[in-house]
Amino acid sequence: MSQPNIIITARNLTRKFGDFTAVDNITFEVQKGEIFGFLGANGAGKTTAMRMLCGLLKPTGGEAYVAGFDVKRHSENIKRNIGYMSQRFSLYEDLTVKENMRFYGGIYGMSINAIKEKTALVAEALHLKNEQNTLVQDLPLGWKQKLAFSVAMFHNPPIVFLDEPTGGVDPITRREFWEMIYNAAHAGTTLFVTTHYMDEAEYCNRVSIMVDGRIAAMGTPQQLKETNQAASMEEVFIELARRAVRSE
Amino acid sequence: MSTNYAITAENLVKRYAKGKEKIHAVNGLSFQVNQGEVFGLIGPDGAGKTSLIRMLITLLQPESGKAMVQGYDVVKDYKSIRKIVGYMPGRFSLYQDLTVEENLRFFASIFNTTIAENYDLISDIYQQIEPFKKRRAGQLSGGMKQKLALSCALIHKPSVLFLDEPTTGVDAVSRKEFWEMLKRLKAEGITILVSTPYMDEAAQCDRIALMQDGAFMNIAAPAQTAALFGMDLFAVRANRFYELLQNLRNHSLCKNVYPFGQHYHVTAMPGRLHSNDLLLYLQQLGHNDAEVYPATPTVEDVFIYLMNPAA
Repeated sequence: MSQPNIIITARNLTRKFGDFTAVDNITFEVQKGEIFGFLGANGAGKTTAMRMLCGLLKPTGGEAYVAGFDVKRHSENIKRNIGYMSQRFSLYEDLTVKENMRFYGGIYGMSINAIKEKTALVAEALHLKNEQNTLVQDLPLGWKQKLAFSVAMFHNPPIVFLDEPTGGVDPITRREFWEMIYNAAHAGTTLFVTTHYMDEAEYCNRVSIMVDGRIAAMGTPQQLKETNQAASMEEVFIELARRAVRSE
Repeated sequence: MSTNYAITAENLVKRYAKGKEKIHAVNGLSFQVNQGEVFGLIGPDGAGKTSLIRMLITLLQPESGKAMVQGYDVVKDYKSIRKIVGYMPGRFSLYQDLTVEENLRFFASIFNTTIAENYDLISDIYQQIEPFKKRRAGQLSGGMKQKLALSCALIHKPSVLFLDEPTTGVDAVSRKEFWEMLKRLKAEGITILVSTPYMDEAAQCDRIALMQDGAFMNIAAPAQTAALFGMDLFAVRANRFYELLQNLRNHSLCKNVYPFGQHYHVTAMPGRLHSNDLLLYLQQLGHNDAEVYPATPTVEDVFIYLMNPAA
């Protein structure tokens, strides 16, 4: 199937909707503990690719393995072995901090004791000890995002998908958030991240850039800048994305 | 009542109830926007940008204070203001089940005008979506919705245009194109007040207000914001990036250390820390490939500094 240090494998992964090929034959691997930036213009096919990798959408061609499971045949196993956080939805606003953690822990089949232990750890790490009974809707946005990330990692998944996790937060919180990502990667978790902030692309170990459903470039930020003779990832991105022919 | 300014605000206040408390969305703001200026409200979600814009376009009443748009009072003269402002809200709010063309015609007729009459102003933008004019607005891509919304906001030739986070969630290429469109509108003499959470867009504005918790931390031309930074700033990088962060934080003269693109930015009290000394310190810790050099603060550095000058 795949080498032991590879946690995501996609081979010729393809998804068509009618005549439209949203994801067109993409092949890549992600290593354990890597921060992998998954970039692309709006409509390039990122979300479709990510949904396939999360076991939410069946490919129409090619294959992919996530945490050792086949996305076509074992999508339920994949869902148990990944964490997912998106900017749009992650926490229940009308549940408290504690209730959210208990809910997610329960969904992932954690024992009451394990949930209690983990809740205490997260509350400690995020300085939320006095806010455990606060409704999530009353938390400042920055705290919400950090809590959402912790909840996505609550069941200790080997891989976490972060879909534009930092949209709209202040620059200090955005950086605190990235430090949480570094720490998770340092502890061996694999992070698969999409973002529109090009400075965040620089924070990734490796980056892929999708254009028109295909992977137009992949490598370390340094490699991509050298290959494209660009000073920043923003320049690389604009240069590549500009070549897109299809509109969203 | 002077109309030298397109927008004026004096001690503008808006609070919302949150449980038993009242929290400030906008906390005593005073400022002016010049005629023909591109004025940026830069700040994160929850800073109060939307509440401020909604008060200026008369969709929300101020609790206290005063504001005027082209000399009209936002409370007393709301009808006059509505005729002369264009507004593009943060959330797409056109009619999803009308076509592109129907939406535009609808907005034109509400303002007693026609598409033909003001076509010149929008032609640049509208031409890009005109091939899809029979398509329902709900079926458009994000970038096309944005262009349609801007066309609709401009169809009555407003003298002041309010754009609430027009580029949020939009990729870097479309954002760049959008700012180019705004520059052409500015050349037509339209005053533009635009909000954004992307600090790198600040450079595109004539002046920017850095906004946090309902207040302006500062208003300045983007090029002048660096002068507000009361610390020395260094950019540092090395291959062992994760360890580097801890090592920099352990240095007693490094006040604040945070990721900044491919570097860490390090702040230090003026004159206290020298690049060479820091480099030596890092080399002694085994970062033989370390690079350290003085950096010019960007708007984002200034924003971080103003949020917490003590750090």
